[in-house]
Amino acid sequence: MAGKSIRTIFRHFSKPILNSKDGVQRLYSSGIQRVTMIPGDGIGPEISAAVKQIFAAADAPLDWEDVDVTPVKGPDGKFRLPQAVFDSMAKTKVGLKGPLATPIGKGHQSLNLALRKAFSLYANVRPCKSIEGYKTPYDDVDIVTIRENTEGEYSGIEHTIVDGVVQSIKLITEEASMRVAEYAFEYARNNDRSTVTAVHKANIMRMSDGLFLKCCRDVAQKNKDIKFREMYLDTVCLNMVQDPSEFDVLVMPNLYGDILSDLCAGLIGGLGVTPSGNIGSEGAIFESVHGTAPDIAGQDKANPTALLLSAVMMLRHMKLNDHARRIEKSCLEVIREGNHLTADLGGNTTCSQFTTEICRRVQEMS
Amino acid sequence: MVPGDGVGPDLMSSVQDVFQAAGVPVDFEEIFISEVQPAQSATVSAVIESFKRNGAGLKGIITTPASFKGGVLRTLNMRIRRELDLFANVVRIKSLPGFKTKHNNLDFVIIREQTEGEYSALEHESVSGVIECLKIVTEEKSRRIAKFAFDYAMRLNRKKVTAVHKANIMKLGDGLFLKCCEEVAALYPHIEYEAMIIDNCCMQLVSNPHQFDVMVMPNLYGNIVDNLAAGLVGGAGVVPGESYSHDVAVFEQGARHAYAEAVGKNIANPTATLLGACNMLKHIHLEYHSKLIEDAVHRVVKAGKVRTQDMGGYASTSDFTHAVVNSLHSA
Repeated sequence: MAGKSIRTIFRHFSKPILNSKDGVQRLYSSGIQRVTMIPGDGIGPEISAAVKQIFAAADAPLDWEDVDVTPVKGPDGKFRLPQAVFDSMAKTKVGLKGPLATPIGKGHQSLNLALRKAFSLYANVRPCKSIEGYKTPYDDVDIVTIRENTEGEYSGIEHTIVDGVVQSIKLITEEASMRVAEYAFEYARNNDRSTVTAVHKANIMRMSDGLFLKCCRDVAQKNKDIKFREMYLDTVCLNMVQDPSEFDVLVMPNLYGDILSDLCAGLIGGLGVTPSGNIGSEGAIFESVHGTAPDIAGQDKANPTALLLSAVMMLRHMKLNDHARRIEKSCLEVIREGNHLTADLGGNTTCSQFTTEICRRVQEMS
Repeated sequence: MVPGDGVGPDLMSSVQDVFQAAGVPVDFEEIFISEVQPAQSATVSAVIESFKRNGAGLKGIITTPASFKGGVLRTLNMRIRRELDLFANVVRIKSLPGFKTKHNNLDFVIIREQTEGEYSALEHESVSGVIECLKIVTEEKSRRIAKFAFDYAMRLNRKKVTAVHKANIMKLGDGLFLKCCEEVAALYPHIEYEAMIIDNCCMQLVSNPHQFDVMVMPNLYGNIVDNLAAGLVGGAGVVPGESYSHDVAVFEQGARHAYAEAVGKNIANPTATLLGACNMLKHIHLEYHSKLIEDAVHRVVKAGKVRTQDMGGYASTSDFTHAVVNSLHSA
């Protein structure tokens, strides 16, 4: 396991600093921030190593703290996240996460869901921007989907009323709706976006989506500098595939967000190039949303772009805009030129060659 | 015939002009019903009675006002749908020859359950600021739509049925739907069956739509996929749809938008409504007339000279209608 050895090497480096109190203080005074890294399964370790290598080349003032999230069995027999994750996240407040495989079988909660709950990650943000050099039928896509991440159809409350009749409950609360709406406007302002569109289906779900819409309207009232629009989900879908350039920032409840964020990812070429961030009240986790790709794990074939771009989002979140810009620019340049592409983008470069090429450019730029 | 709101009346008069020119032996019984203009509206029971008597009908889109008042959560569309028990909505996505879009040569069918699911209109506020919305899935209706989909696939020589769901999250609700589809699929060994999660399905639709053949899904997903797929081949103005119950068939647009901004401007695209009308003629065994009109519409679209705004042209609704009428006998 390549990932494991990196993890051990890393631990050697980080331990002494961790243990000495002076060390920690010195780090903070020199502006180095700690970040929790969850490498993940399958191709996870390879692509996280790639990201670390590129960050080192860019001289980003970060210190990684690797944690393993393999569930441990608690005293009550249930599997839950290891304490180390919570400890680390409580310190760093920022995390980067590779893909995780949820073990199949009963008794295992989805790890993604567990993390989301543990750190109340209420908003999922996915910027989808057309990547030059990776051709799809759609150009000029530049959309950010912001999805409410804690309730709605995913409340997990379901029961069989009588045999053959199932009732699932979609839960919408004012608190969660306000929170995500506020974040959407804040994001729009911080990222120089002009319009926020609320996506809903309040013509059918009058009360629940109606409440969500009302919250968005209220927040829009307080943020008059950003334009506010509201649209039905079906209209958005119809227009999205005809002309995606008319959309900017979209904010919506959970299920619609799930569907539209993947739809937007499809417009620009799939999950392999789409970054994602989860913003919460207890911290933020940035992640790649593709699968673990066990078929190519350990073969140096994986494409680290999604995780790298997620890491760039993380840098922006930490206000390290200059590093973010340099890394993003180098990565997009390499893809645009097309000489060093991984197999999923139609090339035959390995993950490490792709990474080296990006590192070279990052260093040239600084 | 129910013209509906928005551009509905314009589109229906276009259908009537074309039918007259083609000499179609059909009499329309026109009933106006509307929620935004209650003064002129007929009653729901009159509409239902008429549909039941005639067994087939053409319907425009009835707008549901977003500021719907009162505790009754049933809208006109829903009442018509429920009382007639129009459980299956079928939208055939077919690229129009000669009209270039981002994806060409598409041909697949979307079948949507439209009587339950999220559209059950059961919602309540449990405490202030917390709203619960119920989604109902029943075995009976899931099985009925699954069977409809496979029967449809058999009848039209389709190879594959894809069930679209979100059973990884809604394990019971969508799980039941999926289970019904699987059970029905086992009875049709000649038709390939696969299941796909809704978010992945949407991604596949924009990146590789050619893989789909017949798709079957619950209510809300159907609404999403219908519109998305209509967008792939040119928008709400060119895709016809139809709804079936056991004894009634209602023909309408595939992606339901009343397009109220365009009222009276004579710019709406009548293609979807005309093709919907052709499907209706086929349904009542007037194949000759159906083919005649359908060919005429396709010829006009293919020639590309007369196109409405949504297809990138400058023609008005009536220009397009005239072009179709002129083209009727030119073959």
